[in-house]
Amino acid sequence: MRDEILTFLERNSRIDLKELAIILGTDEVTVVNEIAKMEEEHIICGYHTLIDWDKTSADKVTALIEVRVTPQRGQGFDSIAERIYNYPEVRSVYLISGAYDLMVILEGKTLKEVSGFVSDKLSTLDSVLSTATHFILKKYKDHGTIFEKKSKDERMPMTL
Amino acid sequence: MRDPLVKKVVDIPPSGIRKFFDIVSEMDDVISLGVGEPDFDTPWHIRDEGIYTLEKGKTFYTSNAGLKELRQEICLYLKRHYDLDYDYASEVLVTVGGSEAIDLAMRVMLNPGDEVLIPEPCYVSYVPCCVLAGGTPHIIELKVENEFRLTKEELLAHINDKTKMLVLPFPNNPTGAIMERKDLEGIAKVAREKDLIVVSDEIYSELTYGTGHVSIASLPGMKERTITINGFSKSHAMTGWRLGYACGPAPILKQMTKVHQFAIMCAPTNSQYAAVEGLRNGDKDVQEMRQAYDGRRRYLIHAFEEMGLPCFEPKGAFYVFPSIQKFGLTSDEFAERLLREERLAVVPGTAFGNSGEGFLRISYAYSLEDLKKALDRLRHFIKKLEAEK
Repeated sequence: MRDEILTFLERNSRIDLKELAIILGTDEVTVVNEIAKMEEEHIICGYHTLIDWDKTSADKVTALIEVRVTPQRGQGFDSIAERIYNYPEVRSVYLISGAYDLMVILEGKTLKEVSGFVSDKLSTLDSVLSTATHFILKKYKDHGTIFEKKSKDERMPMTL
Repeated sequence: MRDPLVKKVVDIPPSGIRKFFDIVSEMDDVISLGVGEPDFDTPWHIRDEGIYTLEKGKTFYTSNAGLKELRQEICLYLKRHYDLDYDYASEVLVTVGGSEAIDLAMRVMLNPGDEVLIPEPCYVSYVPCCVLAGGTPHIIELKVENEFRLTKEELLAHINDKTKMLVLPFPNNPTGAIMERKDLEGIAKVAREKDLIVVSDEIYSELTYGTGHVSIASLPGMKERTITINGFSKSHAMTGWRLGYACGPAPILKQMTKVHQFAIMCAPTNSQYAAVEGLRNGDKDVQEMRQAYDGRRRYLIHAFEEMGLPCFEPKGAFYVFPSIQKFGLTSDEFAERLLREERLAVVPGTAFGNSGEGFLRISYAYSLEDLKKALDRLRHFIKKLEAEK
């Protein structure tokens, strides 16, 4: 039941819980309680909305930055990750395998603002050895949703 | 110039939805719940395999019976899912859709005068294929009280000394009915006693809810008298790829393969390669699609209950078959008014046989959002009809 609820919520956090209960063949109280428990257990950590900012007038630039660090004695990567993710402009921080250690996703209004952040705040951190910045030019698919999806139903309208 | 057409062919009635199709194409903003195919695209890994085999230039004929790997995978799949044991070398034929398999089975087994028992409401091909093959269709009208299952009493009541074949289309289009093991055991007993050939159209076998599909050929004494027909259209969302298969006793399959060889040569090669990928790695996608259909099914049944539209709970395929008898309109009248006044298209039950009178076929091969919009229109129409009374 939990996995099914999570699968539905992940795709549509605004789903009507009464409808979700019908679809899953259970009652609303069960669904509401499960969700509350999962929120408490921090399995459900937030409800966000997926936005294609390119279609708005807002200025937004997103960068993917690979960061190489020297892990802190006794703390591994956790404290350097915390120093980085505390910045509100940092959207995501992941510990990754490969040539780099951390993957940071950063948002700013302009290219200059983002590169400024990297050179002034990120590269200057004590444990940071090197960074590689990649600017996102176009988003095709994000969080499982294809942005330019064809919505027209191409099937013949009636078939036996 | 003389009339070149065969009377038997001309006399076959045209499709019962031709009229609706024409009306729908003239209207704007019609929501149609009248399709008979999945709303999902073929899973990407299967499409990718199809594209890859085209790139690699695999564009030649396959053997008449179909690609060896595909026949082998079909046998593994049928064993894995339905406990059926077929020999890929002599008991499997890959066809152009389940449709071709039905046609071939009838063509190789019906002598003039042979009767074929066809339970209705059902898919529209069985009667015409029977007629074209020279057989005589004998309709069994199923009842909503039995959830449109075929009972052994009904079967016995319709058998005579000309009866040769029984068509078993379950899970069923249009009713969504299934036959569970206990139902099939009753039928199997009669089939054995009366020496009937069973043509089991199991194209919706992956779409059963709350219970697994049982293939009649897996019951004792049935494999030697059953042609099991299935395919990839509904389970793997591959309707346009035109691929299905028939499995059965070697002597019958040999003749079916012979006719197939002369009339078709082989099923599309590209589709066959893609289907191998589907059978090997597609179980997870099939399950996800089934779960999605199940959610929509529950949603629809609940909505019909709230609207006061009587409907038995369908446990198979992706159709719901509610009754509209209480409104005093025929299925055709209801469907036409619904289309013209609410721009909502559904299929009248009579398109599938006389026993469909008083019912509608509503498909749930649509997203929840589309279903909700459609249900709003239906609800509005029902309120209107109730006010008219």
